[in-house]
Amino acid sequence: MTSIETRVLQPYKYGFVTDIESELAPAGLNQDIIRLISAKKGEPEWMLEWRLKAYRHWLEMQEPKWANVQYGPIDYQAIHYYAAPKRPKQLKSLDEVDPKLLETFEKLGIPISEQKRFAGVAVDAVFDSVSVATTFKETLAKAGVIFLPISEAIREHPDLVRKWLGSVVPYNDNFFAALNSAVFTDGSFAYIPKGVRCPLELSTYFRINAQATGQFERTLIVAEEGSYVRYLEGCSAPSRDENQLHAAVVELVALDDAQIKYSTIQNWYPGDEQGKGGIYNFVTKRGKCAGKNSKISWTQVETGSAITWKYPGCILQGDHSVGEFYSVAVTNNRQQADTGTKMIHLGKNTKSTIISKGISAGHGQNTYRGLVKIMKGAEGARNYSQCDSMLIGDKCGAHTFPYIDVRNSSAIMEHEASTSKIGEDQIFYLRQRGLKAEDAVSMIVNGFCKEVFRELPMEFAVEAQHLLGISLEGSVG
Amino acid sequence: MPPMLEIKNLHASAEGHEILRGVDLVVNVGEVHAIMGPNGSGKSTLAQVLAGQPAYTVTQGSVRYEGQDLLDMDPEERAQAGVFLAFQYPVAIRGVTNAYFLRAALNAIRKARGEPELDPIDFLAVLEEKLQAIGWDDSFVNRPVNEGFSGGEKKRNEILQMAVLEPKLAVLDETDSGLDIDALKTVAEAVNRLRSPSRATVVVTHYQRLLNYIVPDFVHVLVDGRIARSGGKELALELEEKGYDWIKPEAAVA
Repeated sequence: MTSIETRVLQPYKYGFVTDIESELAPAGLNQDIIRLISAKKGEPEWMLEWRLKAYRHWLEMQEPKWANVQYGPIDYQAIHYYAAPKRPKQLKSLDEVDPKLLETFEKLGIPISEQKRFAGVAVDAVFDSVSVATTFKETLAKAGVIFLPISEAIREHPDLVRKWLGSVVPYNDNFFAALNSAVFTDGSFAYIPKGVRCPLELSTYFRINAQATGQFERTLIVAEEGSYVRYLEGCSAPSRDENQLHAAVVELVALDDAQIKYSTIQNWYPGDEQGKGGIYNFVTKRGKCAGKNSKISWTQVETGSAITWKYPGCILQGDHSVGEFYSVAVTNNRQQADTGTKMIHLGKNTKSTIISKGISAGHGQNTYRGLVKIMKGAEGARNYSQCDSMLIGDKCGAHTFPYIDVRNSSAIMEHEASTSKIGEDQIFYLRQRGLKAEDAVSMIVNGFCKEVFRELPMEFAVEAQHLLGISLEGSVG
Repeated sequence: MPPMLEIKNLHASAEGHEILRGVDLVVNVGEVHAIMGPNGSGKSTLAQVLAGQPAYTVTQGSVRYEGQDLLDMDPEERAQAGVFLAFQYPVAIRGVTNAYFLRAALNAIRKARGEPELDPIDFLAVLEEKLQAIGWDDSFVNRPVNEGFSGGEKKRNEILQMAVLEPKLAVLDETDSGLDIDALKTVAEAVNRLRSPSRATVVVTHYQRLLNYIVPDFVHVLVDGRIARSGGKELALELEEKGYDWIKPEAAVA
């Protein structure tokens, strides 16, 4: 045993396929497909128009090439934009959900039968293009909280959705956001009324199952004045040899004194050791602190996907509003990640904090890319950024691109960065105390990520630590 | 009963450079041995090889620990079997508290021995007891492992780990280096309190002064990768007086 590297990677644990009959739209993207999706969802006319507008715009756009990632061309006409498990009628209760689906989510550790529920967490489970179950609807309804698959919300609360959809990420924001706006199939909608502290944590679990499909979910969370909500998001996909596209959009709106905490554990299939297969995770996430004293926190643990391209950001519009970004991104084998955040300070005395931890192993390439922009009117803005990279082995890479754009001289900016290599000497030290090499790496990495993990809810923190162990298994010899 | 540690004709090298050139040593349970020698004689290499540091390659010879082939064991297996190395340069582990680390280490060892693991509450009780045994307070229990520790604190931390992990064979590698006289006394006193008929200790040191406090049963002088002379504690005093030079010719003859 001479170097910190190699050994066989433990197979991706969530890579099974659910054998279920799917209703699949023909491959390819055109206006008819969009009409079909809209019709399947029983959408009002304005929604279809919005989709078509996005689609026409998308046709004019170029796929972005500035990220520090490499992949072959994506054939957008080879993708199925709609896949749903066959189930003709509308579900009235969870008892009617196909047992195979329930089983799938149980296997993933996401109990959607309410007897086995997580205490205090309401779950929306999305399977390919449709939401299969949302738990605790009644408990939430009593508090006035709306938590629905977005397709249902569009039918049942059209005015609310119409008011906020695209208000943070416009349909023409970027190439993948435009694509998503045209073809999004499901996702979650949450609305927390004025002054309500959401009685449960809200959670959505996304599962890609069908072959040659993309998943394009859209999530919209609106926190009215003085409300509070904590939202958790998880995901996984079967192990397949071909790449699958996941292009989601998440929009958050926090009004005066409202607070949204958004946590993600991203565990899409990362591809095999040679870099075959895996999800292209091209996601646009943005929150708008529209009201004064509002606060939005993003916490993400990114262990999956062949390629990750995402920059959850905050627009700090309200005076005294606060944006936070806590991130752990792991790339092992041939994974590539280009991720970070954007903090746009518009309001007075706005504050942002960025803590980013990048871990690279194998041939993984990890890029932090972040923008902190202080606009002219943002008197007294503050930012603190900390970007730490850790390298495991000598074939991986860590890159940092922090962009800082300050247009108001009263701003206070702090930036710290470090790159460290996990040392043979650290591992030997821990092994000498009785720990296995894998446990030693796991302990070192978890310590490195501590500042981010402590932002996660308890169950998520435990899962994150566990996932990190699996993701890095095999990276030490 | 086989000796606790039996080293025969041990040769080891790093990056193709031979450092140990035929070490022979027997350590029995309950004994304290001091390994002395000039800089570069291979003292620390011997300590590291016993712990299984992968940077060194054993090219010849054997090491038996309680009758088992020690060289065939992974570093963690050696630790689990009761071999402990107090490092000359302990490394920092960011974000991991001493208490967490110590519990993980103790549980890894207990698990390997088929003993039940300790939950955090039981562990705190054990930790409290060990701190009392060596007469220290809990001031760095909740600090990250060796991070921001002074040289003296790092060395003390090694001894605290030893107290908690209760090794059968403890190898202290230059535990005195970088310590002022007060810290040296504190560390030595703790080590003395950990002396036991069921434990053997090998103290690697350049200077005699540590041996005023940790009095060895045997002293060995390592020169050019071989033990050139062995004796009782008086040998250390002789070295203090005459230096190492007078031993070298003998090694050359041998």
